[in-house]
Amino acid sequence: MAQHPAHGAHEAHDSHEAHGSLKSYVIGFALSLVLTAIPLIIVLNDVLEGTSAKVVLLASAVLQFVVQLFYFMHLKEEGKPRWNLMVLILGLIIVLTIVAGSIWIMTYNSVG
Amino acid sequence: MLDNIKDFASDFFVTGDPLIYGADVAIVLTMIAVVTALTYFKKWKWLWQDWITSVDHKKIGIMYVIASLLMLFRGGMDALLMRTQLAVPNMEFLSPEHYNAIFTTHGVIMILFMAMPLMFGLFNLVIPLQIGARDVAYPFLNSLSFWLFFFGAMLFNVSFVIGGSPDAGWLSYPPLSELSHSPGVGQDFYIWGIQISGIGSLMTGINFIVTILKMRAPGMKLMKMPMFTWSVLSSCLTIILAFPILTVTLALLFIDRYLGAHFFTLDSGGNPMMYINLIWMWGHPEVYIVVLPAFGIFSEIAATFSKKRLFGYKSMVFALMSISLFSFFTWAHHFFTMGSGADVNAFFAITTMLIAIPTGVKVFNWLFTMFRGKLSFPTPMMWMLGFIPCFVVGGMTGVLLSVAPADFQFHNSYFLIAHFHQVLIGGVAFGYFAGLYYWWPKVFGFKLNEKIGKWAFWLWNIGFYVCFMPQYFLGLMGMTRRVSSYGWDKGWYELNLTSTIGGFLMGIGFLFQVWQILHSIKFMEKDTTGDPWGGRTLEWSIPSPAPMYNFATVPRVSEKDAWWEEKQRIAQGLAPTPKPQLEPIHMPKNSGIPFIMSACFFVAGFGFVFDWLWMAIPGLVGVAACMLYHSFNYNTDYYIPVDEIKRTEAAAGRAV
Repeated sequence: MAQHPAHGAHEAHDSHEAHGSLKSYVIGFALSLVLTAIPLIIVLNDVLEGTSAKVVLLASAVLQFVVQLFYFMHLKEEGKPRWNLMVLILGLIIVLTIVAGSIWIMTYNSVG
Repeated sequence: MLDNIKDFASDFFVTGDPLIYGADVAIVLTMIAVVTALTYFKKWKWLWQDWITSVDHKKIGIMYVIASLLMLFRGGMDALLMRTQLAVPNMEFLSPEHYNAIFTTHGVIMILFMAMPLMFGLFNLVIPLQIGARDVAYPFLNSLSFWLFFFGAMLFNVSFVIGGSPDAGWLSYPPLSELSHSPGVGQDFYIWGIQISGIGSLMTGINFIVTILKMRAPGMKLMKMPMFTWSVLSSCLTIILAFPILTVTLALLFIDRYLGAHFFTLDSGGNPMMYINLIWMWGHPEVYIVVLPAFGIFSEIAATFSKKRLFGYKSMVFALMSISLFSFFTWAHHFFTMGSGADVNAFFAITTMLIAIPTGVKVFNWLFTMFRGKLSFPTPMMWMLGFIPCFVVGGMTGVLLSVAPADFQFHNSYFLIAHFHQVLIGGVAFGYFAGLYYWWPKVFGFKLNEKIGKWAFWLWNIGFYVCFMPQYFLGLMGMTRRVSSYGWDKGWYELNLTSTIGGFLMGIGFLFQVWQILHSIKFMEKDTTGDPWGGRTLEWSIPSPAPMYNFATVPRVSEKDAWWEEKQRIAQGLAPTPKPQLEPIHMPKNSGIPFIMSACFFVAGFGFVFDWLWMAIPGLVGVAACMLYHSFNYNTDYYIPVDEIKRTEAAAGRAV
């Protein structure tokens, strides 16, 4: 906020890289709709059950996440150094630790 | 009507304890004195314009330091009350209920309202100066962080005289902290005090990451940053990943208490163990959050007072960054006795032992930095030297605790108490004291009296060992934490008495520090050089105290220890690096919004504590109104003209 005149070189850098095009937004939007529709159809119409249903639901959730990141969060377009990507990876590691760790630690405590 | 008021007051205020009545009187008298003094000396405007609304990182840093020293006083008083009780067991100096409240507030205050703000104070005072920046990345947010911390801390502290203190331990394990076992408001004060200041901590973490990554002086590559800056970066990364866990955990506890949910209750499918699991996912990284910057401080001090470059710069960076990541994989060692099975315990025992390796690397780096250096021993260096043996012993008892089978003996005994006080006092408190002594001349423009400082150091250091060494033995003799009394036939009396004497020695050490500050203000020894210690990094290249824009021209950096190298060049007769032309400096404008918004948060929190929606809702509306107002406020910055910069620099005796 306070600093920009001092870093004259930064000014050009700040003036936004390309943030996607109409085409990429439309593709992203379509993909996210499809990935939302798949689990809904499967569950509402009882197409799959049990483990196979869970696998498909989880897979479409993960794909949805990826689509959001690439088409709307512009993960690919970030210039170097890729802070956003690094932070995202670090965050994912921590989230994975929290979820998997809690499940593992609480296994023997979930009775009762 | 009168009876109604009486009823309300006897619930609302804490009654029945002479110690608390005494505190009530002291609080009221102090407040009257402060208000009278401000009015008499006509200082209200000064207070508002120069301090409360300031977005200057240096002033915010000073306010953090003052607030945290006050909290150190309160937390220290709590500690001495507990030690007094344990030195005279069965004398009912404190009732068991009062003792519960005191060990709870002691823990919360020392970690969250003393160590954290003192750390943020040092971040603010040093980081922008050290990386050649003119302020932090988000000055407004910085001010908001401070005021959220301040009002969160006030909300927590007010529980002492209004409503009743929390008394379920510093991490408030359920089911004790649930409505079923703690129906009073104390627990809600705990939740809201920590939540409100927690928002501030998270924002400070973000602020300093962005500042360090984006605002370094041109030429200062990441691997040329001063070590304190690296330590702050690693600490802040840990903050932004760990604090959300705390927020969510306490929010779930609040939902349990306020809306009758069953996340952590004993009945209806709740599981209190889940709370313990979650809170330590924050709690363990938290101790690394507070100790990493201390490591950075010691690295700066070791290099400066050895007149040598820091030994093993790269290994130090690697150690700091790996600790900030690995601190997330050790949390279950806090509850080995929970019964998660041998696999879980073995895994977390090994990760805990592994994390000692990077810490050990650092100790060797400091030792080799001093090896064959031109050593001098002013107070900052004394604290550094006191720290090394203390932290090594504390770290090794930590490794003992990490041995899961042995931990079944040590768990929640005084052995544990001695261990974590040794790393938190010997590491964190000694580190921040060292940092305060080291940067004091830079912040205030005068040096602190060395002689009184050394008295304070020895009192603290000796007091520490007298206080905590006996506790290791007490733990092995079977004394558990949080007992307010014990039988005379236990054989614990002598060691407890010794420990209490040590506690009071540290208390006297604190008084010496207060005396040292007052004495140094009275017989002020001005620092006219801006570089009283022969420093190595950029903050020592500007006048003390730093002008409001920090650097008249932004320095260009080409190597590590930029200021030291520049001094070497000048000493060799080479021309100093040419400075660019002065240009008007872009600065952020002061704003009262952070203070008002945080006050609204306080009102909302207080309303939720007492379940007064008529108070909580207007508070939240106030918060939203402040956000809205600031979103549409475009008048947030101004330029300092070149003439004014010239005048300021000339007044500080600098040629431009």
